[in-house]
Amino acid sequence: MAQARSRKRRIGMQIAEHSTGIIASVLFLAPIVWTVLSAFKPAQESRQPPLPPWPTTGFSVENYATLNTFGDGLWLPAQNSIYVSVMTVVLSVIVSVLAGYGFSRFRFPLKNLLFVLILSTIMIPFQSILTPIFLVLTKIGLHNTLTGLVCVYVTLQLPFSIFMMRNAFDAVPREIEEAARMDGANNVTMLLRVMLPLVWPGIVTIALFAFLGAWNEFLAALVLMTDQAKFTLPIMMTALQSGRFGAIDWGAVQAGVTVMMVPCLVLFLLLQRFYIRGLMAGAVK
Amino acid sequence: MTSIAATSAPARRRKLVGAGRRQWVGLLYVAPAVALVVVFFIIPLCMTAWMSLHNWPLMGAHSFIGLDNYWAILRDTRFWNALRFTGYYTVVVTIAIFAVAFPLALFIERPRQMTGFYRTSFFMPAVIGFASASLLWSWLLNVDSGLFSPAAFELGLTEKKVNLLATFQPAFWSIIAMVVWKVAGFTMIILMTGLQSIPPDLQEAAMIDGAGPLARFRAITLPLMRRTLALALILSVAGSVLAFDQFYIILRGGPRNQTLTAVYWIFNQSFVSFKLGYGAALSMILLVILVALSLIQLRLLRQPEGVD
Repeated sequence: MAQARSRKRRIGMQIAEHSTGIIASVLFLAPIVWTVLSAFKPAQESRQPPLPPWPTTGFSVENYATLNTFGDGLWLPAQNSIYVSVMTVVLSVIVSVLAGYGFSRFRFPLKNLLFVLILSTIMIPFQSILTPIFLVLTKIGLHNTLTGLVCVYVTLQLPFSIFMMRNAFDAVPREIEEAARMDGANNVTMLLRVMLPLVWPGIVTIALFAFLGAWNEFLAALVLMTDQAKFTLPIMMTALQSGRFGAIDWGAVQAGVTVMMVPCLVLFLLLQRFYIRGLMAGAVK
Repeated sequence: MTSIAATSAPARRRKLVGAGRRQWVGLLYVAPAVALVVVFFIIPLCMTAWMSLHNWPLMGAHSFIGLDNYWAILRDTRFWNALRFTGYYTVVVTIAIFAVAFPLALFIERPRQMTGFYRTSFFMPAVIGFASASLLWSWLLNVDSGLFSPAAFELGLTEKKVNLLATFQPAFWSIIAMVVWKVAGFTMIILMTGLQSIPPDLQEAAMIDGAGPLARFRAITLPLMRRTLALALILSVAGSVLAFDQFYIILRGGPRNQTLTAVYWIFNQSFVSFKLGYGAALSMILLVILVALSLIQLRLLRQPEGVD
């Protein structure tokens, strides 16, 4: 009797817990799903409130076509965003792998000072040094260029990614290195052939953070990219949403937001454990 | 160099020579990183301090004016209003984020079926950018084509479609809702790492001693995750003090400039009015506030985790 009752209670608890979980999940997912679905409505329907969220008068990619007619179209800012994000990933991985290896495996003058210098930049908000960054970029001829923006983004990634990579290299046992050195490996082959395969999870983590950081960054791109042909997606979409290209087309905004969100969501779903790893590393330090 | 060195002199010398060469190689490895940080961080940082002492228009010559920019800040009521609003927003949004994220962290920390699914769903909004999230919500909050006011109207909750962005209170709380939706999952993961670091036998022992869930939460969970709480708190506070995207994209600082944040005001002064020197002085104030927050963080984090 008592056993049956307690079993019943446990099932009741489980139902209550899972309903809570499902309701909360729906609340968190709804805005994303709502936008992705609404973006596929025909233009006429997009002007109406999204009730229900899915297209009722037929599936259409009209909104994406409309989005493409604003300013320089959809493809140019998308290309800019892709270029900036991919370059940020490539450069920040190269620079932080080298630096992480250097800080982990070598002893050189000023080593600790330089490490602390790089890490402490995380305390300074980049928002407060944007004007001089603008002037520095002008001085070295990189103002209003995507390359200049990439340099800024890579620098912003460095404290986190160098910290991650140094820890990753620290975790590789010295014996492996010594064995390889016996076999005649020099520093460069050591790094490429022996170390890289052992630290790749760290590399995936910093690449993911670099991509999301560059893809989503708003303020620096808004300030530094003054030429419309250099706009990244967030800047182009904000210009559209502010009515810069005429009446605001909410269907086009939904389509644009979808284009901005989907790469982040897909990458996160594929590489979730690397993302959480990065957060944990940051939280535990 | 005494007897110890003498015992294995040849081996040691070889090692020393090798180590000597390796030293400088190490500097080569870190050089690109150091160069980037110097050019795009240290130099701009020094320039901010330098520029803040100048009258520095976008075009034309700049002139040294000493502390005049800082005196001007003292009289700049709009900046202080922006700073006060930023403080108010930070307090409200941080409380709201914790009020949502803590229960979520407790919820996903207990292993059960579908925990992975729940955790992923709660976290999804955290990976999309603030700009995307703001654009998305600016549509949801739109009075004609959006979701909230038409839905409230259809359900008969309001007599007509209410423009949520027209007056301060609904606009402010809409932003709070959006930020909580976007950030709660992130804070949840941070808090979860803290919860998982608590040894389960402590909870069990307390349970055997007859401590209820609330007593256990107050006597064990909270004190044992003090460091994680401090970290989550500081991340949330620092992020909110620097808030810009959502107020720029959704509200444009309105209604009636009531939602201009500190960064927004600096942005306006530097890149709309092109008062670069004055913007730099404002930036210095912001910088001091953030560094002070970071130092508090370091203090809080250095305290060892544990009951004492």
